Amino acid sequence: MKILVSFKSVPDPNDVAVAGAAVSTPKSVINSFDEIAIEEALRIRERGEATEIVGVTIGVSAVDEQIRSALAMGVDRAIRVDDSRALDPYAVARILGAVVKKEAPHVVIMGKQAVDDDSNQVGQMLAGLLGWPQATFVSKIEFLDNKTRARCTRETDAGLEVIEVNLPAIITTDLRLNEPRYVSLPGLIKARRKPIEVLTCDQLGVTVRPLTTVLSIARPPKRPAGTRVESVEELIMKLRQEAKVL
Amino acid sequence: MAESLILIEHDRQQVKRPSLHAITLAQQLGGNYALLVVGHGLDGIAASLVSYGASAVVVADDPALAEPLADRYAMVIAEAARRLGAKTILGTSSTFSKDVLPRAAALLDAPMVTDVIAIEKMDGSISYRRPINAGSMFANVKVEGDRRVLTVRATAFEPPAANAAPCPISHFDFDAASLPNGMQFISREERRSDRPDLTEARVVVSGGRPLKDKETFERLVGRLADALGGAIGATRAAVDAGMAPNDYQIGQTGKIIAPELYIALGISGAIQHLAGIKDSRIIVAINKDPDAPIFQMATYALVGDLYQIVPQLIESIRRA
Repeated sequence: MKILVSFKSVPDPNDVAVAGAAVSTPKSVINSFDEIAIEEALRIRERGEATEIVGVTIGVSAVDEQIRSALAMGVDRAIRVDDSRALDPYAVARILGAVVKKEAPHVVIMGKQAVDDDSNQVGQMLAGLLGWPQATFVSKIEFLDNKTRARCTRETDAGLEVIEVNLPAIITTDLRLNEPRYVSLPGLIKARRKPIEVLTCDQLGVTVRPLTTVLSIARPPKRPAGTRVESVEELIMKLRQEAKVL
Repeated sequence: MAESLILIEHDRQQVKRPSLHAITLAQQLGGNYALLVVGHGLDGIAASLVSYGASAVVVADDPALAEPLADRYAMVIAEAARRLGAKTILGTSSTFSKDVLPRAAALLDAPMVTDVIAIEKMDGSISYRRPINAGSMFANVKVEGDRRVLTVRATAFEPPAANAAPCPISHFDFDAASLPNGMQFISREERRSDRPDLTEARVVVSGGRPLKDKETFERLVGRLADALGGAIGATRAAVDAGMAPNDYQIGQTGKIIAPELYIALGISGAIQHLAGIKDSRIIVAINKDPDAPIFQMATYALVGDLYQIVPQLIESIRRA
C-alpha cells in the first residue's frame, strides 16, 4: 500500500506577528496536524501495512527545511510543487489532486486543518474533486478486507462516530490520533540522501487561480484588564453586583 | 430561486439551534434565502423551520441520507444549490458542516470561507472577517467567482426571530441510486447529558490539568456547573489526561463559546484555549499561579488553591 501525506509549512504558532496582509515569522514548522498525519503513515508502515510513504507540499525552496524534517521522521521521498503564490484551500486541493493522479496512492492522509489559516477545507475538497470517500477528524484508523477499506473513528461535536470508507480515500487527522515522534539524528542524516522532486503546476497539467484574497490582517482589540479579587466572598459580590451574572 | 441556501443541521430529532444563526448572516447579505434540510424522517424538523423568513424550506429526505455521510450529503447540497441558483451556500461552523460543505464547494467549483464572524460592505463588494492563527488575528477576505460557500461562527451572530408568515415546504427530488456509495456508517457514541449544551449555555465552567482525574473533575467542575445551571468545558490537557470527553474541549480545534459567564478552574491559558473563550462576557479565572496568562484576559482573577476555593464557591452559591 502506498500512502501520500501532504503537509503545510506554517509560521511557528508560538512566534507570529502581523505584517500588512500577511503573517510574518522568524521560523516555519510543519503544521502540527500534518505531523500527526506523517506519524500515522509511519505507524501504518511499521505495522507492515504500507510499503511506501510519499510526502507532498507546495511552496518555494524555503519549505525544503520542513520537507527535510518530514523525510527525517521517516517519509521515503518527497514532492514539492514549486509555487510562490498565496493559494487558497481550493487552489491547494486542485494542485494536490493533480499530484494524487500522478502518484495514485491507496490513501491520502493529512491534517484536518492548518494552524495558521484554520480553514479546515483541503482534505474534503480534494476528496470531492477526486470523487473519493473521506474520513475527517479521525482519531483511529484500521485497514480491513485486504486493505480495500478503512474503518475510521471520527471526532464530532457530540462524541464519536465510526465509519468505513472504501479505498482509495482521503483521511484527515485529529489531535488524538497519535503523538508524533521526534526527529532522530540518524534520521536527519538519512534524510539528506532522500530525493525531493520539484514540480510545477505546468508540469502537473493543472491551472489554478486563487479565488480568495486576504485584504488585511489585524489584531483584535484586547480585553480590558481585569480585577484581582482576594476572596470567594469578594468574587461572589462582584459577580452579583458589578457583573450581574448571578 | 434563492440568493442564499442555508444548510440546517439536526440530530435526527430536532434542529441544532446554533445552525440557525447562519440565517442572520444571510439576512445581512440581503436577497431571499432558502433553508435546506438533508436526512431521513424530516417532517417534524421541516415544519419547525417555516417561520424564519425563508422563501422555502427545501427537504432532501431519503433512507439513503439517514446518516450524514459526506459523499452523499455534499452531492445533494451541491445539486440543490445549482437547481436553486444559490450564489451563497451557508452553514454553521460545526464538525458536520466542516465535513460536508468544503466537499460541496469543490463539487460546485467554488471557494469557501470558514468561520465568518462579520461581513463588511464597501463599494458594493463584500468582504468576510474571520479569525486566523487560533483567533489571535482577524483576516478580511474577499472572494471572486459566481458562487461561494461560507461557514458562520454561531456565537458571532444573533439567533434569528421565528415570526414570519409560514413559507412553503418543498421536497427536493433526486435519484437516490445515483448517490455515491463509498462510505458506510457503522456506529455512533454520543454522550447524553442533562446539562445544557456547551455552545449554547449561559454559564460554562471549565477545568484544566490540576483537576487530576475524572472523579475530581466531576466533583469540582461538575458540581460548580450544576450549582450555576451551566455546562462543562475542558482544556486539551484535561481531555488528553482522560478527565473529560473530547467533545468538552474548548479552543482553536475544539468548541468556540461565548457565554455570559465563563469560569476557568486551574487553566493557565494556552493561546489555543483562549481562542475558544475570548468572546465570553465575564471571565473568572481561579489559579494557583499568579502569573498564569489567563489572568491577562480574566474579568475577575482569584489566585489560590481551587481545591479550597471551589467547595466554598459552591457553598455560597447554594446558600443564596
